[in-house]
This record gives sequence, structure tokens and C-alpha cells, in this order.
Amino acid sequence: MFELLGIPPQALFGQLLLGLINGSFYAMLSLGLAVIFGLLNIINFAHGAQYMMGAFVAWMLGNYLGLGYWWALVIAPVVVGASGIVIERLMLSRLYHLDHLYGLLLTFGLALIIQGLFRNAYGVSGMPYTAPPVLAGGQNLGFMFLPNYRAWVVVASLVACFGTWFLIEKTRLGAYLRAATENPTLVGAFGINVPRLITLTYGFGVGLAAFAGVLAAPIYSVNPNMGADLIIVVFAVVVIGGMGSIMGAIVTGFGLGIIEGLTRVFYPEGSAVVIFVIMALVLLVKPQGLFGRPV
Amino acid sequence: MKFGKMALATAVGLLMASSAWAVDVKIGVLNDRSGVYADLSGEGSVEAARMAIEDFDAAGKGINVEVVSADHQNKPDIASNIARQWYDQDGVDAIFDVPTSSAALAVNDITREKNKIFINSGAGTADLTGKSCSPNTIHWTYDTWALAHGTGTAMVEQGYDSWFFITADYAFGHALEADTIAVVEAAGGKVLGTVRHPFPGQDFSSYLLQAQASGAKVIGLANAGGDTVNSIKQASEFGITQSGQALAGLLIFITDIHALGLPTAQGLVLTESFYWDLNDDTRAWSKRFAERMNGAMPTMVQAGVYAGVLHYLKAIEAVGDKESGAVMAKMKEMPTSDPLFGEGKVRADGRKVHDMYLFKVKAPEASTGPWDYYELMATIPADKAFRPLEDGGCPLVQ
Repeated sequence: MFELLGIPPQALFGQLLLGLINGSFYAMLSLGLAVIFGLLNIINFAHGAQYMMGAFVAWMLGNYLGLGYWWALVIAPVVVGASGIVIERLMLSRLYHLDHLYGLLLTFGLALIIQGLFRNAYGVSGMPYTAPPVLAGGQNLGFMFLPNYRAWVVVASLVACFGTWFLIEKTRLGAYLRAATENPTLVGAFGINVPRLITLTYGFGVGLAAFAGVLAAPIYSVNPNMGADLIIVVFAVVVIGGMGSIMGAIVTGFGLGIIEGLTRVFYPEGSAVVIFVIMALVLLVKPQGLFGRPV
Repeated sequence: MKFGKMALATAVGLLMASSAWAVDVKIGVLNDRSGVYADLSGEGSVEAARMAIEDFDAAGKGINVEVVSADHQNKPDIASNIARQWYDQDGVDAIFDVPTSSAALAVNDITREKNKIFINSGAGTADLTGKSCSPNTIHWTYDTWALAHGTGTAMVEQGYDSWFFITADYAFGHALEADTIAVVEAAGGKVLGTVRHPFPGQDFSSYLLQAQASGAKVIGLANAGGDTVNSIKQASEFGITQSGQALAGLLIFITDIHALGLPTAQGLVLTESFYWDLNDDTRAWSKRFAERMNGAMPTMVQAGVYAGVLHYLKAIEAVGDKESGAVMAKMKEMPTSDPLFGEGKVRADGRKVHDMYLFKVKAPEASTGPWDYYELMATIPADKAFRPLEDGGCPLVQ
């Protein structure tokens, strides 16, 4: 049997697959960020907190109302997305004419408040949440044991990512959205309600974060800090992919998941920094990001 | 006549005042109130200190105790600043709890410099009674040596003799890993590999697969808090526990088990020095604690704060003064006795010794409800549970 870089190929395939699974979370979260940045020009620092809220709403639905995972997958993004719409209407919409920095500070403050409130109410240890029985167990692929739930996560995330890409790049609604970003006054003159379009976009981006949160609930610890741990990496992914580029966010999300997975095999101590090293290199060589348009 | 009554009243008042408040003591509970250790120490530890003061009837015995508390955010610099301010400006006589080893070592140094008293419950490092030991410090609840020996020895004795470690890549993880490797090898087991993950981590599946591929019988988790919770959750997901490999949590608290839920945590073997359901005394106390803490049962860290405060107040009562040297000498001379840890003693190096317990997490069907999580596998007697006095390298006892 041959070996690749000192690792048996079975182990390598296993790690590649795991990287792909982690990449699907990066992809979904960075996609939401890219949509919000691309169409609203807001750097949404509350994204991690909204991802956490998605997981918590799933837990609350199960705990207080007895509604299971599948309901949560639908309801949590809607509930959290609605909270995003309230935030956009009451606060963010007042900042569009100001510098990026104000939106960043506002959403960063909101993230701290939301995390603090959840910490106060539920502590930091986290809440138990289990996958639905249908997705329990797993398949033996020969080179690794693949839990059914992880396979589902990859499928769900691919569908969500490419659905979003299709919606924005290939449909009439997406065309309106892109046009509204380029020139809101002109698009408004054609009779399209631009502020409403923007509000719904923010709600959609936030809903995507919550969707990722529900997907994460059965495999990661559901605790108030779960988003804060992830958000910095996700920002790095967005920067590498090119701020605001939708396809860039998706491809880099999956790609970096795989690179991180491989680092875990060859040099585990470095797996936390590898993404930032890549970010630094990309910024040096191509400051607009891999898929960004030159400024 | 009127003047006489007033004089009498004043005299009685003075008499009562002087006997009732013979000693004013201020204790500070310093721990994590917002981060990863907030549930296992936090407000629960402060409440435990208050319960000790009430149960001791300090006011009735002429000791006026005031409790202050603060959040050190698990950072040694913040812990040092608070400890300095408490000792220098706020008149604090003793500091309790202090989880996070680096913060505990910082407070250990300052307490020695200011000649006050530090009774640690929350931190793990065995250095507090080893090379960093201090005449002003007592380490109450547990340490890394006790955890490594409790879990390590017991597992090897049961035939789990090949190990793979998943270790948090910082001082605490390395120490716990090294201690456990020493134990496993001394007991005749062998170590097949280790992997060090960045702290804090999120996804452990990659390390778990490496552990699985190693074929080791036990995966030792030399990490803590959220990292341990995530490792266990994912081990269950990837079918690792089901396929016969055992997981050994080297630092796990009951709050972690509560967060994991029994379906995921079942079968896990761990060492603790306290569990609420050990005997009638622990049950009665824990029930009172839970009523004051919205139903949360105490962790061993919170229990340790209670017992430490109780012992401290007993020593003050016996000495009749709060002078650090005399009180510390008394605490080491008197045997300890409390409803939570039973009978024990404080050694010359500051190590409090008591029994430790090896627990196995129950299967969901064996549990009668929330917080009914542990099944007692073995009691490790006090004289075997902690590192022998002469092995610690503590300068005080050489």
C-alpha cells in the first residue's frame, strides 16, 4: 500500500472529507456576510451572534414548545431573520450615509450585548441538542466512519449556498438587488421600493447565519460564545474570497475548510493560524481578494 | 433616673458591641463570572461562601464577615490587579476560589508578598503546592496530579492500557498530559500518540479520527471546558465510543455533563472530589444550594469554597484574631471537618487532603432526572489521592 507524505491515503481522504464539512460552515457564514456587505455595504459583526441565536432558537423550540429539528430549521432562520429586520429598520438604516466604520461599531456592540444577554440567561456551559433520529448513525466508507448528520450538513449547505448564488446572480429579483446597490436613486425611479429590498436582504443574510446555527447545534456546543469563536475565521474567509463576492465566499469557504483540515493532520498546532497566514499572503499579492473585482 | 437608664443602656450596648463584633473579617471571592468557567465557579462560589458564613453562625460567634467578589476573566494580569487592590485598599484578609491556573499562580505570589491568606478551590495546577508553594496558600479541592492519578490509574487497572491524547496546546494541557502519561506508563500502560490542538478549538473530528486510527483503547482528553464538551460530543457522533474506544476526561465538571446531556456523555470516566449525591450530608447541603441557585447543583469547586471558608472561620474563632500567620498555623494544625468533604487535613505544603472519587457517567435510562449523573466506581483514599509531600518539590517542607 502506498503512502502519501507519510499518511495512509485512507486517513487523508477522511481528513479531506472532514475539511469539506467544516468548510460548509465557513461557506454558509461567509456567504451571509458577503451578501450583506455586497448589497448593503455593512460589515455585519453581529453575524456570529446571529449564528448563535439560530442555535439557541432551535434549542428553545425543542425545550419550550417541543418542536423538533426540522421545524427549527425553518422557524429559527425566520425568527432570527425577523430580529435582523428590526435591527436594520431601527438602527442600521440610519447609518448608510456614514462611513463603514459606524456600521461595524454598531453591529459589534450589538453582538456583545446579545452574547451578554444570552450568557446571563443561560450560562456559558451550553445546552444539549441532539440530531433527529433519522440522521443518527452513519456510513462506513471504508476509509472512515461518516456520520449521516455530517453528510446532511454538506448537502444542506451546498444547496443553501448555490441557491443564494442563483437567486442573486441569475434571477430578476437578484438583478434588481444588484442594480439597487449600484444606483439606488435610478432603481427607485423605476418604481422599485429600494429600502424594502435592502431590509429584506439584511433579514435574508441574518437568516442564513441562523440556518447555519441550527445545522451546527447538534455537533458543536450550543453556548453563547459559539459565534464569537468562529466569526474571526469567517471574516478572514470573506477577505480572502474578496469582500462582497458571493461565489468567492462559497469557494473560499469550502477551500479553506479543506486546507485547515489538512493542517490538522500535518501540523495540528498550526491549524488555528493557517487561515490567517493565507489571508496575509493573499492581501500581499492580490489585495482585493481572490474573487474580488480590482478597485 | 433618666440619666442612669441611659448610662446603663450605653454600657450594655458597648458590652454587646465589643463581644458581638470582636473580629471584622473581609473575604474576597475572585473567579470567572462571564467566561468558560463561570458556571462551575462564578456566582455559585460566592453563594457557597455566604452559606458557609451563615452555617458557621459567624455573627453569633463574634466574627463580622463581609464578602466581596470580582471577575478575573481568566486573565492573570486582571487577577493580580484585583488582588492588589483588595489587599492594599479594600482591607480584604483572604481570597478564595480563583480558577485558571495562571491566574491562581499570580494571586499566590501577591498573597505571599502581602502576607494574607489564599485558599484556592478552582485552579488545577499542582505547582501551587509544589515548586510554587507558599506559607500563605492552601489548595483545597483538586489538582492535576490527583486527576491524572485518579483517572489514569483506574483505567489502566481495568485493562485500558493503551492511550492516545488529545491535548490543549497551552501550559495546562501540557501539564495534564505529562502527569497522565507518567501515571499510565508507571502502571504498565503505553502511549500510542498525542495530538495538540489550538486553544480554544471548535472542531475535533480530525483529531478524533487520528485517535481512532491509532487503535488506542483510551482517548485521554487533556483539555477543559468547551473544548472537552465539543470533543465528547463529536466522539459520540463519529461512533468512537460505540466502537469500543473509551474516553477519559481528565478535567470534567458536573456542569459539563449537564451541558452534554447523558445520551452523549454516558460511559465517560472521570475523577472529582465532590458529588452532591454522595451521602445525606452532601444531599442536604446541595439541596439548599440549588434552592438559592435556580436549581443548579454545586460543582466540586463551589463545594471547596464552602468548606474552605468554613475552615478559615473556625481557625479565626480558635485563634480569636485574624492575623495571617496565626490563622494559617491553626488551619494546618486543626483537622478539617465539614459536611461536604468529611474529615481531612491541611498539609505543611498547603495541600488539603481528602478522598477523591472515580465516577462513571450513567446511561440515560439509569438516571432518575436532572443532575442524577454519576455512578461511583471507586473511592481513592485521602493518603493515595494526592501527590506525596516529599515528591512535590515544595521548598517549605525540605
